[in-house]
Amino acid sequence: MSTLSELFLTYQSLIGFVGIDALLALSVYATLCCGQLSLANAGFMAIGAYAAAILTFHTKLPFAAVLLASALAPAAFAVPLGLPVLRLRGVFLAIATIGFGEVVRLALVNWDFTNGALGLVAIPQRAGLLTIYLILGIALFFFARLRGSKLGYALDSIREDETAARTMGINTTLAKLSMFVFGAALAGVAGGLEAHFTFMVAPSGYSFSRVVDMLVYAVVGGVATYVGPPVGAAFMTLLPEVLRGLGESVGLGPGPLRLFVSGAILLAVVLFLPNGIVSLPLLVAAVRMRRQRG
Amino acid sequence: MLLALDGVERAFGGLRAVDGASFSVREGEIHGLIGPNGAGKTTLLNLISGLLRPTSGSIKLGDRRIERLPPHKITALGISRTYQNIRLFPALRAVENVIVGEHLVRSAPLWRRLLFLPAAREEEHTARSRALSLLERVGVRERAGARARDLSYGEQRRVEIARALASDPRVLLLDEPTAGMNAAEVSAVAALIRQVATEGHSVLLVEHNVRLVMEVCQQITVLNFGKVIADGTPQAVAQDPAVIAAYLGNEP
Repeated sequence: MSTLSELFLTYQSLIGFVGIDALLALSVYATLCCGQLSLANAGFMAIGAYAAAILTFHTKLPFAAVLLASALAPAAFAVPLGLPVLRLRGVFLAIATIGFGEVVRLALVNWDFTNGALGLVAIPQRAGLLTIYLILGIALFFFARLRGSKLGYALDSIREDETAARTMGINTTLAKLSMFVFGAALAGVAGGLEAHFTFMVAPSGYSFSRVVDMLVYAVVGGVATYVGPPVGAAFMTLLPEVLRGLGESVGLGPGPLRLFVSGAILLAVVLFLPNGIVSLPLLVAAVRMRRQRG
Repeated sequence: MLLALDGVERAFGGLRAVDGASFSVREGEIHGLIGPNGAGKTTLLNLISGLLRPTSGSIKLGDRRIERLPPHKITALGISRTYQNIRLFPALRAVENVIVGEHLVRSAPLWRRLLFLPAAREEEHTARSRALSLLERVGVRERAGARARDLSYGEQRRVEIARALASDPRVLLLDEPTAGMNAAEVSAVAALIRQVATEGHSVLLVEHNVRLVMEVCQQITVLNFGKVIADGTPQAVAQDPAVIAAYLGNEP
């Protein structure tokens, strides 16, 4: 066997997690791109994951149908939730959506049908790398085509000045709600994929810190375009693996070091790279050009 | 009457910012709205464009009452506006700002773009060239690719007018379009307003530059403390004792 395919086999699960995290980062970007900070996505992810797991256990539906359900179930929650909460702006929207995420998690902890806090285990593995990256590809394609479209311009204008956007004839409520629901569907699919990739779902996997992770992926990668969030997700997901050896050599477990380093990276990006790590090549090029000019 | 206000009132707590204002704007007319600072002019524009709802009274566009409609529906019926304190989308380019203004006149479903249909591409091309010709009209075509926040003050004002014209409005509300402009720029805007009116758009012009208002407007409404104190031709309004008193104070 060649070294390349050996490497691939060793890191198969890691590659899968990068794809799932990229989807989660995009789910946060969906609302962020029109200026809305929504933190309900761990809750939506949980709904998608549980819906998918339950369908796999209790029906004979093909996996494609199960994944579709894992997108539609959280979307169905997002419509009635979005209508009132999207009237809130800034930090108030963030707080209201955190509340939703916690309600979902606590409901799952107390739901006997899904084994409460223990969750569901031994879910058959139905999601492979191909499925994960196919869906990521579809999501990226959607965002790529959204840019420069009529809806894309409407979202840009809402992010820049919502009041002015309203007097341009844009139904800002509808546009924001669409992206909120789309983000919920993306998070749900990511949940459904993860459930069938790691064989288990449990409420503890969808806590507040999970949505913070998603937000960190997006911010570290850069939220100026749709390219940033997946790049940030890859960076932040691969980093702990790189650091694992380092942590052991200084006598720290991988857990604490990971938190420390990701915190430091987030801080550095926010302070020095407001457009995320995807803006780094441009910045380097600009510095080089200035030097060449003398 | 194209736009008719009847007994429009808007109170903020105990303050009646607009206090029973009634006047109307005819089709193709340039209508001035003047008054001392704090007279309620901007509040009135916010009421017409739907950003505020009147406490009482009615606003009609043609036969339709619009005072309870949300802003995007009012724009769809044919009213668009600029802002006294300029509200462009700062990170977007000048041409993109105008493209956003075209939102209502564009028919561009996303599925067509997702499928790479040639119709989508054609429509985008039309939208862009229309936006560019609007920028040409207001005289900032060469700045089309600049971000709105990088434009000079006068350029920003003109891009905002182009953006408001992009929805092809029946009534254009201009809130101090020449504030901060020099004499040459002011006369360019005056010519633009006249031209817009000859194309059939009505203009409601809020201005502090009284000479400009006297020059371009066919009809003037004077507001003071939220009340209409005079309404008529520029000549009549200029000689109205109530107007002179509002601007200069009473003779001792």
